[in-house]
Amino acid sequence: MSARELQLSVGSGAARRARERVWTGLAFAAPAIVGLLWFTAFPVISSLYYSFCNYRVLKPPVFIGGGNYRRLFEDPLFFTSLWNTAYYAAFAVPLGIVLALALAMLLNTGVRGLAIYRTCFYVPSVVPIVASAVLWIWLLSPQEGAVNDLLRMVGVKEGPGWFQSPEWSKPAIILWSLWNVGGGMVIFLAGLQDVPKELHEAAALDGARPLAQFRNVTLPFISPQILFNLVMGLIGAFQFFTPAYVMTNGSGGPVDSTTFYSLYLFNVAFSDFKMGYACAMAWVLLLVVLSATTLVLRSSARLVYYGGDA
Amino acid sequence: MAASSRVALRRRPPSPARLVALTLNHAALIAMSIIFLIPLYWLISSSVKTDAQIHAWPPVWFPSPMTMENYQKGLSFIPFPRMLGNTLTIALFSVLGTVCSCSMVAYSLSMIPWKGRDVLFYTLLGTMMLPGQVTMVPLFVLFARMGWVDSFAPLTVPHFFGGAFAIFLMRQFFLGIPKDLSEAARIDGCGPWGIYARIVMPLSKPVLATVALFGFLGAWNDYMGPLIYLANPERFTLSLGLAMFNSQYGSFPGQLMAVTTVMTVPILVLFFLTQRTFIQGMSRSGIKG
Repeated sequence: MSARELQLSVGSGAARRARERVWTGLAFAAPAIVGLLWFTAFPVISSLYYSFCNYRVLKPPVFIGGGNYRRLFEDPLFFTSLWNTAYYAAFAVPLGIVLALALAMLLNTGVRGLAIYRTCFYVPSVVPIVASAVLWIWLLSPQEGAVNDLLRMVGVKEGPGWFQSPEWSKPAIILWSLWNVGGGMVIFLAGLQDVPKELHEAAALDGARPLAQFRNVTLPFISPQILFNLVMGLIGAFQFFTPAYVMTNGSGGPVDSTTFYSLYLFNVAFSDFKMGYACAMAWVLLLVVLSATTLVLRSSARLVYYGGDA
Repeated sequence: MAASSRVALRRRPPSPARLVALTLNHAALIAMSIIFLIPLYWLISSSVKTDAQIHAWPPVWFPSPMTMENYQKGLSFIPFPRMLGNTLTIALFSVLGTVCSCSMVAYSLSMIPWKGRDVLFYTLLGTMMLPGQVTMVPLFVLFARMGWVDSFAPLTVPHFFGGAFAIFLMRQFFLGIPKDLSEAARIDGCGPWGIYARIVMPLSKPVLATVALFGFLGAWNDYMGPLIYLANPERFTLSLGLAMFNSQYGSFPGQLMAVTTVMTVPILVLFFLTQRTFIQGMSRSGIKG
C-alpha cells in the first residue's frame, strides 16, 4: 500500500466517522429539531401569514394585505395598551433592579444569618403567580386591606383606591412586582460575591469613600447582572399578562387602566376571535422587544465589564 | 491557654464604628424581611378569620378566635382534589418530557462533535428571545385542528420536544463532565446511547433536579396555557380553579385566602426542602457559565 493510498483510506475513514457522528448527533437532537419545526418554525410562519389575513377561526383566513397593521394605528385601545405597558416597564423594571440590588448589597456584608434573610426576600417569588395575584387584590383592598391599614398607621387617613381607581391600578401592580424581586436579588448576590475583596480593600486604603467604592468597584463588576436583569425585565414587561388578567378578571379595568399589551392581545385573540389582528399585534410586539433589546445591548456595550480575562 | 488566646484573636471585639454598621445592617435587613413577609402573614391570618373579623375596620391583625370554617367552605366550593390531580398529571408529564428530551438534545450538543450542531444550538438560543405571543394563535389553531383542545395534550406534549432553557442548562453541565469518562466507556465498547444512559445521566443528577424542579413549578404556576386550552371544568388546574373562584367568590375573602393558602403551601414546602437546588438554579440562570 502506497503512502497516498494509506492517506486516502485514513481520510475516508475519518470522513465516514464524521458522517456517522452526524447521524448520531441528529438522532439525539431529533426531539429539538422536530420541536423547532413543529412548535416554533411552523407557527412563526403561520403567524406572519395570519397577520396579513382576516381570520376569525371558523372561516379560513382571507389575505387582506397590510390591513391589520393599518387598523392598529386607528385603534385607540392599541395605544392605551402600549402606554400602560410603557408605564409599567418604566417603573417596575428600574425600581425592581434598584430594590434587588439594595437587598443583595445588604446581604453581602458578611452579615450573620444571611440564609434566613435571603429566604425571607426570596419566598414571595416562589408563591404561585395566580395565588400571589389573588392575595394582592385582598392586601390592596381599599377598605379592608392590610396596606391601607399600614398607611393609616403612618398617618395616611385615606389610602389609595388601588384596583378600584384608574390612577392607582398600575402603581398597585408595580407594587406587586416589587414583592417579586427575589430572583433578581439572587442573581445580584451571586455577582456581588464574585467581586474580589482585595479591590475594595485597596480602594479603602486609597481613601475611597463607600459611595466611590460602589461606583468604581462594585458597579463595574455587577454590570453584566444589571444588564441581564434589565433585558429580562423589559422582555417580561412586554409580555406581562397573568397578574393583570387575574386581578381584573380579564377586563383590564378600571377604564382600561390595566389593559397591558399582552392582555389586550389575548382578549383580541380569544374573546373577540380576531386571530389575524392578534397576530399582527404579536409581530409588533416582537419588533418592539427586539429593538428595545438591541438598543439596550448596543448602548450598554461600553458600560458593561465582563471580568479581567475575557 | 493557647486555645483560648487563639479564640480571642479570632473574635476580636468589633470596633465601635463596625458595631454601629452591623447593627444598622441587621436593622435594615429585619425591617425589609418583615415588609416582605407581611403579605404572607396576611394571607394565612385572613384564612383563619371569621366573617366579622374579615370585614372589620381597622383590620384585625391577630385573629382571635381562629376558625377553620373558611377551609371547609372554600374547599367544598371547588373540586380541589380533582384540580390537584389535574395539575399534578400535567406537571408530571411536563417534567418527564423535559428531562428525557432535553437531556438527549443537550448530550448531542455537548458530547457528540457533529457538523451543524452549533447552528442548532444558536437557533435554540434564539427561540428564547421569541415572545410566546407570536406562536400563541397558530399553535391554538394547530392544536384545535388536531382535536387536542380541551385535553392535557397541548400542555404536555410540547415538553417532549425540547425546551431551549433546559437544554442550555444541561449542556453547560454536560460540558463539565470529564472527557476521559466517556472515552473510557467508548473503549470498553459502550455506544453513544450507553454513554448517555450509563455515564452522563447518572452523573448529572444535580442539573436534572434543577430542571425537573423548575419544570414542575412552571406547570404548577402556568395560567395562560390552561386558560387557552382547557374548557371543561373537570379538567381545570389549580391556577384556573383559583382564578375562577376569585371571580365568582371575590366577596368571600376568608375562603379565598384559605384556598390560596392551600395552593401555596405545597410549593413553599417544596421550596424549603429543595432550597439549595433552587437558589443555585436561579443564580445559574444568570450569565455565568
